[in-house]
Amino acid sequence: MIVKEDVAASEAREAARETFVLNLGPQHPATHGVLRVKMTMDGEYIVKAEPVCGYIHRMQEKMGENRTYAQFLPSTSRIDYLSAMTYTHAFVGAVERAAKIQVPVRAEYIRVLTSELNRISSHLVWWGAFLLDLGGFTPLLYAFDDREKILDLLESITGARLTYSYYRIGGLYNDVDETFLKGTREFVRHMRPRLKMYRELVTKNVILRKRLIEIGPISQEMCRKYGATGPVLRGSGVPYDVRKAEPYSVYSEFDFEIPHFEEADSMTRYLVRMEEMAQSLRIIEQALDKLPAGPVMAEKVPRVLKLPAGDYCYAVEAARGRFMVRIISDNKEIPYRVKLRTPCLSNLSLFEEASRGMLLPDALALMGSLDLVIPDIDR
Amino acid sequence: MVDYAVKGYHLDGTVSPEQVVDAAQELDREGFALDTITGVDWLAEGQMEIVYDYFHPAKPLRVVVRTRVTRDNPELPTISNVFPGANWHERETHDFFGIRFLGHPDLTPFLLPEDATYHPLRKDFTT
Repeated sequence: MIVKEDVAASEAREAARETFVLNLGPQHPATHGVLRVKMTMDGEYIVKAEPVCGYIHRMQEKMGENRTYAQFLPSTSRIDYLSAMTYTHAFVGAVERAAKIQVPVRAEYIRVLTSELNRISSHLVWWGAFLLDLGGFTPLLYAFDDREKILDLLESITGARLTYSYYRIGGLYNDVDETFLKGTREFVRHMRPRLKMYRELVTKNVILRKRLIEIGPISQEMCRKYGATGPVLRGSGVPYDVRKAEPYSVYSEFDFEIPHFEEADSMTRYLVRMEEMAQSLRIIEQALDKLPAGPVMAEKVPRVLKLPAGDYCYAVEAARGRFMVRIISDNKEIPYRVKLRTPCLSNLSLFEEASRGMLLPDALALMGSLDLVIPDIDR
Repeated sequence: MVDYAVKGYHLDGTVSPEQVVDAAQELDREGFALDTITGVDWLAEGQMEIVYDYFHPAKPLRVVVRTRVTRDNPELPTISNVFPGANWHERETHDFFGIRFLGHPDLTPFLLPEDATYHPLRKDFTT
């Protein structure tokens, strides 16, 4: 009897130090795709959360090495399928930079216009899905309602609703028409009051604020050490945006701000994206006003391109941060090497450090605030 | 110094494999952030190139640091002690090229299957 009691007492003492492994994913709604997180838990608290990647790895970089530049172009829409325009932009940008192709100004304006529409539709998916993670169902329906308008607009000119492949080496697949321009203007008018409504409905909600404010801090230093970019970095108070830091296309001709917030918690990452949608509307409006006439395709772009030997990079600000394409050419029809630097990989890599010691539901809110697209990490 | 408009970066430097940690420390002191790390297989020359990309969060400055190791024994020190973000990029480079980063905490497959023994971005890789 006495012996038994001792065992029970010792078990109780040990229980305080005992941990267990909680396997999240690879099929779990909170990971938005096939991401697995191996979590070592001390009760409700995370001791270590180790992301396990590769479940949707497709070896895009190898695919880049065994086909021509034009043949690889459709793949660039399938890396981050929510932000396909910007990804294609980086790829055609790198090829155009290497081949010294002058893209007509009208094409560049339409690229900016469609990229910003795409950024809003991407942020709307994040917004709806993030709030779904936090237990709010209704916002998703509003978000998808508005996103539908963008998808219809883009479908009318590209023929696709998600994987556009709209930009071509030297310009665009086709020109925009009056219906699209009119519809886009209507969308801008429609979206501004909607953003205001979102603020009233969701951003000011006390439950949301309690779930996000002062939860999941990510310092500027941590962002720098892990190479985090996009809304994650700007949510830590760093006004870094590739559109300003390395101006590409015609972004230098537009007047817009880079929203950033000092508090560096899940709430500021939320706010950055909400403000960014308003800034994108500003850019779209300016692009519509200033849209020049002219061709949308450069003259004499050879069907089969041979880039001069060398190493060329092109970076863009995608919806989730800095996306960069590196092309190494050895003057053949197919690239020697294609490197895809994707924002979500760097943004997720800090999760293990950032989530240490957090409560599990808070860590899931933190993960949602990173806005991960898993095929973007795995490529 | 290279022309950004032509190349897409401002500074392009080549160092010896032993110097990559020093280069990382120097760039760390200057406030640079790690962009990415990757490899290139130069089969004909019997070499592997490792490319380190950095960007600056406050200045419009892009830096590329390159080094080369022999293909027979592709080894060089890790920079994950300087930039913890290098951990995943180096693991990925090890996956794709079989380049070993000495002192790396965990070089198990990152994107490839857990039992993978092949390196698909090597130019002599066949399925």
